[in-house]
Amino acid sequence: MSVLSLFRRRRSAPVARERLQILLSHERAARGQRDLLAILREEILAAIAKHVTVENENVHVRMDRGDTVSTLEIDVEIPHSAGMLLAAGS
Amino acid sequence: MADMAKVLVVTSGKGGVGKTTSTAALGAALAQAGQKVAVVDFDVGLRNLDLVLGAERRVVFDLINVVQGVAKLSQALIRDKRLENLWLLPASQTRDKDALTEHGVASVIKEMRSKFDWVICDSPAGIERGATLAMRFADAAVIVTNPEVSSVRDSDRIIGLLDSKTEKAEKGQRIEKHILITRYDAQRAARGEMLNIGDVLDILSTPLLGIIPESEEVLRASNVGSPVTLSSALSAAARAYVDASRRLRGDQIPMTVPTDRKRFFDRLFGRRAA
Repeated sequence: MSVLSLFRRRRSAPVARERLQILLSHERAARGQRDLLAILREEILAAIAKHVTVENENVHVRMDRGDTVSTLEIDVEIPHSAGMLLAAGS
Repeated sequence: MADMAKVLVVTSGKGGVGKTTSTAALGAALAQAGQKVAVVDFDVGLRNLDLVLGAERRVVFDLINVVQGVAKLSQALIRDKRLENLWLLPASQTRDKDALTEHGVASVIKEMRSKFDWVICDSPAGIERGATLAMRFADAAVIVTNPEVSSVRDSDRIIGLLDSKTEKAEKGQRIEKHILITRYDAQRAARGEMLNIGDVLDILSTPLLGIIPESEEVLRASNVGSPVTLSSALSAAARAYVDASRRLRGDQIPMTVPTDRKRFFDRLFGRRAA
């Protein structure tokens, strides 16, 4: 940890935004009004699970809607052992 | 006039975000613009709209009396002493909230539609019966949201209810929804310490009605029992509420966050209006 990081507190609003997006996509799905993010998350998880074992909470799907372009960010944490298998298999 | 009447629910899910203050301020702003307005307190057992409007000592009959046929609507309505176009239908402070029936509320709202341009229903917090009855017959909803995680989550839940449990939704029609951001602190948002408005709107996928800055004038208005648009008309919060009320009427007004930079002038002139 650098000395600088002691002074530079992480901005908390982006954290709030991300937590809310994840939470609400779950809650909306549970209410039956499925949104795109929840569907994508589930299908991406299913596709990965065919080849690697990943935990449900290790898949993060995030969407940024812009005026002209939207971006979809997928962040999958793969356990070390599974990562080795992937490398060996290719 | 009957066809023109609009029933608006001010709701949020979460408590303490500013529903009652916003009901009073929007109701007063519309009345100041010449609209005939009734504000209705649905918070049975925890009424506060009377207090915020400075009418707490004038309550004789209430919403439940009217619903049960004990009093006529005209007997229960309290006319504001400052704004001749503004009326209050208070909630009951003592009775059981189960006394509110859907049928009874429907007939009161129907009668009010024929008498006012705007009927603004101040919802209780939560998602129970009181809140669902307050939104039940609404044409439009103002979802009061603080830029803070728990408030945004609860707003999302309320939006779900508005889209499924209102009479309009059940008929397959769309209820008009607006987000009103309250207690907004532009400096904290700029420092990244507060959810910014774009994020909140993006997450809730609902258009913005207005941004009410955090303001000591709002607290002062409650203290003296006067809507902020009356007690300190030049304050940033009052101007933001007036803009929001004009957008409710369909005016196109650029979205800005009013600031209290002219605080000196507010003190000089604004307070005289109280």
